Formats: sequence, C-alpha cells, structure tokens
Amino acid sequence: MSFLDVKDLQIHFPTDDGLVRAVDGLTFGIERGQTLGIVGESGSGKSVTSLGILGLHKGGRAKISGEIWLDGEELVAASAEHVRTLRGKRMAMIFQDPLSSMHPYYTVGHQIIEAYRIHHDVSKQVARKHAIDLLGRVGIPEPAGRVDSYPHEFSGGMRQRAMIAMALSCDPELLIADEPTTALDVTVQAQILDLMRDLQREFNSALIIITHDLGVVAELSDDILVMYGGKCVEYGKADDIFYNPEHPYTWGLLGSMPRLDRERTERLMPIKGSPPSLINVPAGCAFHPRCPYADRTEGRASTEVPDLAPTERGHLVRCHMTRTERRTLWENEIKPVLETQ
Amino acid sequence: MLIVISMVTFGIFFVVPQWAGSSPEALASRYVGRAATPETVALVAERLGFNDPIVVQYGRFLKGIFAGAEYDYGAGVEQCPAPCLGYSFISGQPVWPDLLDRMPVTFSLAIGAAFLWVVFGVSVGVLSALRRGSFFDRLSMGTALAGVSLPIFFTGMVSLVVFSYGLGWTPPGGAWTDLTENPAEWAYNLLLPWITLAFLFAASYARLTRAGMLETMGEDYIRTARAKGLRERDVVVKHGLRAALTPILTLFGIDFGLLIGGAVLTETTYTLPGLGQFAILAIRNQDLPQVMGVVLFAAGFVVVASLIVDLLYAVVDPRVRLS
Repeated sequence: MSFLDVKDLQIHFPTDDGLVRAVDGLTFGIERGQTLGIVGESGSGKSVTSLGILGLHKGGRAKISGEIWLDGEELVAASAEHVRTLRGKRMAMIFQDPLSSMHPYYTVGHQIIEAYRIHHDVSKQVARKHAIDLLGRVGIPEPAGRVDSYPHEFSGGMRQRAMIAMALSCDPELLIADEPTTALDVTVQAQILDLMRDLQREFNSALIIITHDLGVVAELSDDILVMYGGKCVEYGKADDIFYNPEHPYTWGLLGSMPRLDRERTERLMPIKGSPPSLINVPAGCAFHPRCPYADRTEGRASTEVPDLAPTERGHLVRCHMTRTERRTLWENEIKPVLETQ
Repeated sequence: MLIVISMVTFGIFFVVPQWAGSSPEALASRYVGRAATPETVALVAERLGFNDPIVVQYGRFLKGIFAGAEYDYGAGVEQCPAPCLGYSFISGQPVWPDLLDRMPVTFSLAIGAAFLWVVFGVSVGVLSALRRGSFFDRLSMGTALAGVSLPIFFTGMVSLVVFSYGLGWTPPGGAWTDLTENPAEWAYNLLLPWITLAFLFAASYARLTRAGMLETMGEDYIRTARAKGLRERDVVVKHGLRAALTPILTLFGIDFGLLIGGAVLTETTYTLPGLGQFAILAIRNQDLPQVMGVVLFAAGFVVVASLIVDLLYAVVDPRVRLS
C-alpha cells in the first residue's frame, strides 16, 4: 500500500439539474518523496479530487464514496473532526490564486502563525520565529520585515511563496498544489516550480500537482494521471505518458501544447469541441464525441464505457481501440506530426 | 464638517427667516413679551444685533458657542456661559444646561439598545447565513422583515399594552431612574424601550450580516482557512465575520450617531425625558433656540460618529490605511 492510496473515489453533487459526477471512480497512489501530476481540462474533476482528499468538498451536499488511505488511515469514513486535525498538519494545500486565497485583513505572518498554532501548542513568539524562518526558506527577502505585511503589499510571486510557506508550516507529508502557477507571470512560474521541487526534496513529502498545463508536470512529476469527464483516462510513469501516450485525449493535450524549442512552422492542434458537462456525461467513452478515432470501435465508443487497461509498457489507458491500433496510430500518425510541429 | 453644520444650522434659524421677510423687529419680538411696545422691540433687535450684517451675526453665534455670550435685553445683561446656544423663548433658561440634563436618558437608551441590537442582529445574521434555507433562517428573516417594517410607535405601543399594562412585567412609560442612583432600576425601567428599539435595528443588522456572511463564506480565503485545519467556529468568526464586519460598522456609525441626537419616536412612545422628547416639545412650542440647540447637537454627533467610523475603518480593513 502506498503512502496515499485513493480507491474508486466518487464525488457526486446532487443539483436541481441532475447529479454532477465530478469524480467518478478514481484510483491512484503516491509514495513519500514522489510527485504525481493530475492533468485535465477545466471541469475534468481534478480540483474536486484534491478538495475531496482534504475533506473540503462542499460539506453536506456532496456525496463521497470510495476509499482514501493516508498512511494506513482511511479518511472517507473518518469523522469530519478527525479529518480536520489532519488537515494542515499531515496534508496541506496550495491554492491557485494567492491573492483571493489569503485573508485580506490579516498579515501574512498572522496567517502562517495561525496555521502553525492550530496544530502546535506554542507561544506566539515561537510561532512567529517559525513563520519568519519559513518565509526565508521559500525565498522571501528580509523575512523579518515582511512578516507583518498584508497580502496586498506582496507581488503575485511573493504571495504564492507566502502561500507555500503557510502550507509547509506544519511539515505536511502530503502536499497538494492546485494549479500553483496559473495566476502567475511566466517568469515567476518557473521559480515557483523550482522552489516546490526543492522543498519537496527537503521535506520528503508526497506532492500532487494539479494542472491543465502538461509543461508544468513534465518538469516535476514522477507519475501522471490524465483526467477526462471525472474519470482517469491514462495513468502511468511520466516518461511513458510523454513518449508513448496511448489515449487520443492525451495526444490532443500534447498537440495543444505550445513548444518554444520547435520552429513555429505549423499551427497547434487543439482538441475539437469542449469538455463534457458533468451532468450529462456522454454515454460510452466520455471522449467519443471529440475523438477522431471513435469510428474505429464498431460503435462501442458510444455505448460501452471502456475499461482502464494496462498497455504493453504497463501504464493504464481507458480506450476501446486495441493496443496494436493505438501503437500504430501513435507511431505513424501522431508522433511524426508532433515532432515536426 | 462641524463648521458646515454650524453654518447650515445658523442659516436655517437666522438667515432663512430674514429672507422669508421677517424683519429684525419680528425676530426680536420673539425675545420680548407680548405686551412690548414697538420701541422696546426695536431696541432689543438692535441690542441683539439683528440689524448687523449676516457675517457679523454668524461670528457672534460661533463666539457664543465657543466663548459664551452676553445678552442685553434692556432690562439687564444676562451672562450665557460657553457653549451658549441661546435662551429658551418659553422658560427663559439657557438651552445648553437643559440639553445636558436630558443627555443621560438618550445616552442610556441608545447605548443599551445598540448593545442589544448588535449582539442579536449580528449573531442571528451569522446563524441564518450558515443555515441558509433552514427553518431557523426563514423564521428569523421573516421576523427581521417584520422588524424592519413595523414602526416603533406601533411595536412600542403594543409592547406597552402587553408587558406593562397587561402582564405588569415592566413599568409603564415615563419611568426613569438615573444610573448612578439605582442601576437595577435604571435597567428595569429601560428594558422595554431597549428591546423595542433594538428590535427595529437588529432586523436590518441581521439582514445585512446574513448577506455579508453569505458572500464572504464563499470566498477562497475561507477555503484556505479550512484547509489549515481551523475549527469551523474560528473559520466563521475570525475569517468570515471579520471580513463581513465593514459594512456593519458603517451602518452602526450612522445609526448610533442619529440615535444620540434623540430617539424621537421611542422617547415619545415611552415618554422618556430624553433629547428626542425635548425636541418634540421645543418644536411644538416653537421654541427656536431650543430646536436649534437640539439640531446642532444631533448633527454634531452624526459627524463625530462618522469620523470615528472612518478612523475605525483603518483598524478593520488594512487596505484602507494606504490611501
């Protein structure tokens, strides 16, 4: 059993328009010191997954089932109060937009001190020293002076560093970063990603990075899980996913990724159509209305949900096409185009 | 602001009557008896300075407030110590000491009611927001709607009929004991007016708090607070309510400032000898110096209250401090 084990996780929201299957049968695991990248478009269920692990999915309204094992402890059936005591201490989260995610009326230091003192019975002075120390470690210059600044007095990159410092305040063993660089300038993005990699090594924590940007996970991840319509469509080692992807959706994601190291002779290849509504997920394979190869499955694409099956290399793919079909398509049609792009 | 108020008040009570055609003699006639001869009236008008240019009169008015004034009625010079707001037409007494006498009543009423309405209004608002759509939410918001809509002379009268004359739990209107004399009786006498007045205000505070809480509890920083592992109670109070407090503070400054100037309806309903009742009597008697005194005093308090609120803003919202 891994350090974090998620088994058949389902998070559904009953609404007036119908049941929203935000996460529908998700299974994955991650060890300490490893990084998992969860990739998908907006509305693929990746953020809900992370909130679900922390027990932060919208309280009474959401229906959650399946199992979440954190270091041998099951969280779905655990009491809300017990999960609260783990939150911030053993598992912490870095949010997307550091400006709106930090309280505008409290100083950065106050918010870090608060996070630390929830789980540690120490004086304010001790917690303050800890906060200054943390701010220094995440690369904020003059931490002793900046500790009393308000979030609005920080730049975007500094705010995200402060947010990371807050998440790290209790040395969490599991760190979830939900689109940690989306709200930042491109130049700052790389710094923040470097920082997260360094800190992860230092703390030896399990890191889940949630993003729609394959470039972000390419740099950091050991494993990659691609989500579509609340389900995992491809899951495996980062190298496999990048060099031998077998799901047409992953091909699409790779095709829509701008590459600066290639000549811009061709246009990007965006995926046609838009992500499915999670209330009316298309029958059969959720991706089939947008899949250019759906006609090769003798109609099963729109009737049967494909299984998540292992490929020759051992990573998992949810696709009706046969292994050989996928391999041939990748080698002959997709890879050459991506390489000339 | 205070200067503007003094100018406006002065304008209303001294300048407008002259524009409206009142001669200096007509103004002066209010200060002398009915039997005065035209000569006496003219003399008094001259001595009181009604023939002087308006600027000079305004200067004298201000000087009276800050340094005191001397009135020469012809029959002798009367000293009016600072803050001199003039003499009552009816009683002949200076206005300021009368105002001072009535202040404790209005202060007691306003402070007690404010305490009640803030505590109840805000907590009901918070609970309603947290249990949105529940029976409690519907009941309290229905009650709040009634509270906002029902005028105080209705709720006040009904409460008097039920609790004082019917059940005999509270004293009938008009009872007043000074706090320094007997604190228990002071509170007992004011209980019904407090509750009635607080009901009116608590209603709007509950609605405002509920709306504010519904908004802030959906913010990202609330999710962050929860992600830290903070107890739900602390999430609600320290993070949610803290952010929803700003508009409540604004409203409170205005409401409280207005109330200090005289809770006219409440004091009239319960016949409490406060500033509001004083104002009503003064208006009924056409006792202009008294009316002017109350207006000036009340307006001054609204300004002072808004000033305090503005200063508190900087404490409550650090983002205001920069600008």
